[in-house]
Amino acid sequence: MSTTWLVVVLVGAFTVAFKAAGPVLLSGRELPLRATGAFELLAPSLLAALVVTQAVGGKEAIVLDGRLVGVGTAIVAAALATALARAL
Amino acid sequence: MQKPAPPSSREGAKRVASLVPASASFGVAYGVLAVTAGMGVLAPILMSATTFAGSAQFAAASVIRDGGSVLAAVGAAVLLNGRYLAISVAIAPHFEGSRLRRFFESQLIVDESWAVSQVGGGRIDRRMLIGAGLLLFPCWVGGTALGVFGGDALGDPKRFGLDAAFPALFLALLITLTVSRRGVLAAVAGGLIALVLLPIAPAGLPVIAASTVCLAGLRRR
Repeated sequence: MSTTWLVVVLVGAFTVAFKAAGPVLLSGRELPLRATGAFELLAPSLLAALVVTQAVGGKEAIVLDGRLVGVGTAIVAAALATALARAL
Repeated sequence: MQKPAPPSSREGAKRVASLVPASASFGVAYGVLAVTAGMGVLAPILMSATTFAGSAQFAAASVIRDGGSVLAAVGAAVLLNGRYLAISVAIAPHFEGSRLRRFFESQLIVDESWAVSQVGGGRIDRRMLIGAGLLLFPCWVGGTALGVFGGDALGDPKRFGLDAAFPALFLALLITLTVSRRGVLAAVAGGLIALVLLPIAPAGLPVIAASTVCLAGLRRR
């Protein structure tokens, strides 16, 4: 098998398994109460990391470019829109 | 005041609709990169349909283009997709129906569909996730096909600034979702860990390391 196909098959198999693991093996049962507190914090910590890596991430580097300006503008626009909506 | 729309697959699709141009054009960019990397025509399209995770696919194609080993390409992609294991386990209780149905629905888990289907407290609405995933899937796979069959003509999506669309959406969701004090602390800690590791760790690791912050939320017995 060529390098390409090996990569396509292996990466596909891993990713499909990662995504399916929870719903296929664990669905229908409640997660242990002990874990729910952790899952509550998964969204904020993971989303914050995705924002950082996608806004300033480079090849093992921090890259400040137009993306940061775009995200910054989005924050200002969102704040203005919210303020306006509340004022009306 | 407007009544919040009932959660549904349509609502999920609506919430990611703003990402359709970005998602499709990144599919195109991936298709172009894959062809340049010598991956052929069928393999990249099949990879988009099975792996369905942008950053990992870009990483794998880049390694192949640079003549790296299978291990390097798979390792980078698996590292980048490791977060899906955490997400998949965390939202497992929301899936129902037959095993086969849960399997296929789980394949629609991507950052964007997971993020827009959040309903607070770490819970998601399954139908919103599916609606969002069903809209993004054809954009990503179709975009890849377009890129593979002559996307050169379409140019680099970065030129249009579409690469800011993803962090902007994630940030917007982060702000609306993070209401508790603990949530804010988790977000700050996660963001800082990612920022510190970004220049020194291989791609994927900063995000995985940041997500381990959630372990601080484990309840004492």
